[in-house]
Amino acid sequence: MEKRKELIVSAIENGTVIDHIPADKVFQVVKILGLDKVNNPVYFGINVESKKYGTKGFIKVSNKYFEPEDYNKIGLVAPTASIIEIKDFEVIKKQTVTLPESIEHIVKCFNPNCVTNKEHDVPTKFTVIKDAEGNIKLHCHYCEKNTTQDKLEFI
Amino acid sequence: MSISLKNRSLISISDYTPEEICHVLDIAEDFEKNPHQNLLNGRIIASLFFEPSTRTRLSFETAIQLLGGNVIGFSSTAGTSVQKGESLADTITMVASYADLIVMRNPIEGSARFASEVSKVPVINAGDGANQHPTQCMLDLYSIRKTQGTLENLEITLVGDLKYGRTVHSLVEAMCNFNAKFNLVSPVELKLPSVVKQHIKDKNLEYHQYTDLEEAIPHSDIIYMTRIQRERFPDPEEYEKVKNSYVLRNAMLANSKPNCRVLHPLPRVNEIHVDVDANPKAYYFQQAQNGVYAREALIATILGLK
Repeated sequence: MEKRKELIVSAIENGTVIDHIPADKVFQVVKILGLDKVNNPVYFGINVESKKYGTKGFIKVSNKYFEPEDYNKIGLVAPTASIIEIKDFEVIKKQTVTLPESIEHIVKCFNPNCVTNKEHDVPTKFTVIKDAEGNIKLHCHYCEKNTTQDKLEFI
Repeated sequence: MSISLKNRSLISISDYTPEEICHVLDIAEDFEKNPHQNLLNGRIIASLFFEPSTRTRLSFETAIQLLGGNVIGFSSTAGTSVQKGESLADTITMVASYADLIVMRNPIEGSARFASEVSKVPVINAGDGANQHPTQCMLDLYSIRKTQGTLENLEITLVGDLKYGRTVHSLVEAMCNFNAKFNLVSPVELKLPSVVKQHIKDKNLEYHQYTDLEEAIPHSDIIYMTRIQRERFPDPEEYEKVKNSYVLRNAMLANSKPNCRVLHPLPRVNEIHVDVDANPKAYYFQQAQNGVYAREALIATILGLK
């Protein structure tokens, strides 16, 4: 069985594997990381069987490693994801993403009348809130409105 | 421990602790007894009103004059470099080099917080769109404490537009620090947003929602009326549906408690009938007057003069 799985998507020699992405968030992760615009080989899977989550999605990107800012982006849309860095077919680093406490610059405030949307060069700044139901909201430092996950727009 | 608010901008009422709020109210009480105090001694306060305002601007400018200060600024952006496309950051940086303190009203939400981060002098938010209006909240708290003798354990009835009314949101947040009980009276379309209601829940305080105002009146210490604001409705039809939802008339106060007082941030349209004005429980005009003392107290404390 293990061998058959290997055949579905081959291992990468160098690069990053983003695993345990909620199945319906794979395309969003591809987009926010700009993987639809890179020249590197990118493999992805959706609705893949997962012992932990039932189904999951994954992305493998050859010859690319991500920055901490990218980890924050992934954390916002796929808080269950783990990120594995590969070098010469070996895992050199594996970590689960954590929800950042605050995020700056990377997400737009949904409020069109917020100073970050009305004035040039006012970077966005949010506190990340997780409510009792596990929904993520971004509380704007400036206009004090909450941007919900369904309104997330990355800059 | 002594409380100092020197150089602290006031952008949102939650920037101040309950102790700091009470400190400002104590100082406002002193200004009510003795409004003319030449503490500013010629210092310059910038009054930047990017949108029109009557009460807030005039009461700030009165407060500055009573304190012996000078005012520079504008009451609309007409003829200023803002109209030429100058950024808020540039306007604030320039004004901060002229004045000791900036008072700003701006329709853009979050503009006051941003201005306070750009400015080298403290900023007082005189209203940033639908977001915050903390000096109104301060004068509301002053009026409540003055008429009730305390801020603790009061029953506050909030009436009208609880959805868009920023003064309501700030007042709820502030009164949650003082063990208040809330009666929320609004049309279904204009209920208090859940994010504001959460403050009440977080403190385990009691609240009741009513659609009939008369049910809440007999047990209220404060009836806080609000105008249903036409400008907050994207759809004029929605406004027409709810605009006359609540009108307080004098006869409705017959069963109110002796200590009950009616407050309103003003301007009113028709939500308080003029026959209430002569009732000693009508407090909205004194409330507006208290705005001068509350603003004197804020200016003096933020400049470290009290």
